[in-house]
Amino acid sequence: MIVGERKPFEQIWESVKDLKSLLVLGCGTCVAVCQAGGEKEVGLLASELRMKSQLGGKNIKIGEATIERQCDREFFDKIKEQAVEFDAILSMACGAGVQYCSEILEPMRSIPALDTRFIGVTEVEGNWAERCRACGNCVLADYGGICPMTICAKSLVNGPCGGSKNGKCEAGQDKDCAWVLIYNRLKKQNRLADLNKVMTVKDYSKQTHPGRYINEVYLKPKMEEKSAQ
Amino acid sequence: MDNHYEPKVVAFCCHYCAYSAADLAGSMRLEYAPNVRIVRIMCTGKVDTLHLLKAFEDGADTVYVAGCEEGSCHFQEGNLHAKMKVIQAKMLLKEVGLEPERLEMYNISASNSVLFARAADEMTELARKLGPNPLKKARGEVK
Repeated sequence: MIVGERKPFEQIWESVKDLKSLLVLGCGTCVAVCQAGGEKEVGLLASELRMKSQLGGKNIKIGEATIERQCDREFFDKIKEQAVEFDAILSMACGAGVQYCSEILEPMRSIPALDTRFIGVTEVEGNWAERCRACGNCVLADYGGICPMTICAKSLVNGPCGGSKNGKCEAGQDKDCAWVLIYNRLKKQNRLADLNKVMTVKDYSKQTHPGRYINEVYLKPKMEEKSAQ
Repeated sequence: MDNHYEPKVVAFCCHYCAYSAADLAGSMRLEYAPNVRIVRIMCTGKVDTLHLLKAFEDGADTVYVAGCEEGSCHFQEGNLHAKMKVIQAKMLLKEVGLEPERLEMYNISASNSVLFARAADEMTELARKLGPNPLKKARGEVK
């Protein structure tokens, strides 16, 4: 999932304090799972903003809504009518959701309430850790299911650097050395010999921004063209 | 408008412990502050941070959650969940500019009616000491 972290309340307040009305819009998928921007978090933030505005002698009208996903166009249909009643949207989605919200509800202003952190997993409740850098060229099969691009501080794909000590990384004692993890995993899988293989050069070209992926199967004109051939 | 300030205290009480203690306090004819509005819940684990914030938003002067003693929750660890929610709500209240001490967590066993009465008195006294919920002042509901 995409892991998000709510911005400090003061920062959010600074960006909305001069508005007359505001719709706090949650996203019910990734950021709901990491307890940063789902329906419950919308309720909490809206309640905080209402109290803060009343304490400051203002009375900002604050609405609440949560849609399934802010990264899919159709889910916005549900709140389009409601949204026009407000001056701005305070989006609790990841960066992608906030941008799509801006685009779909143009010219309405969208303000982010979260900082998007990474693609990760829930290690324990309340503790999320990065597992994928979306490099576009997955090498996990060769490295025992441990991503050196993500776990190694230097994203080294050809073995550890000199800073690896007692299984830890020189960038911080709380960080594991990815290559020690990879070695141990491959050992358990009886695949240590795989480390002797010469890997092909990693294709970094897929990391150019902004990324785009097209699945031709879903492109109707392309498929019609193919069936005519 | 009547300017006399009489605190409004909301208590979220667990059915199995604190609420039973309240019952016992009644049977024992114990006297405690009449300002407390009890919300009976099956377990304090059901209390959400949002309920606590809403209580303040709606004008409560002090709020407390009263659950079983730690280790004797009827639902294993509902009171421990509630403890976390109270801590979270205190943090949010501070962010907003309300005094976090207006919110407290109590652990009251079913037989401890004396503690129940004391908690009610303490939270009412605290509400008197801190004055009305600043939100009510900002809304012009009290002076």
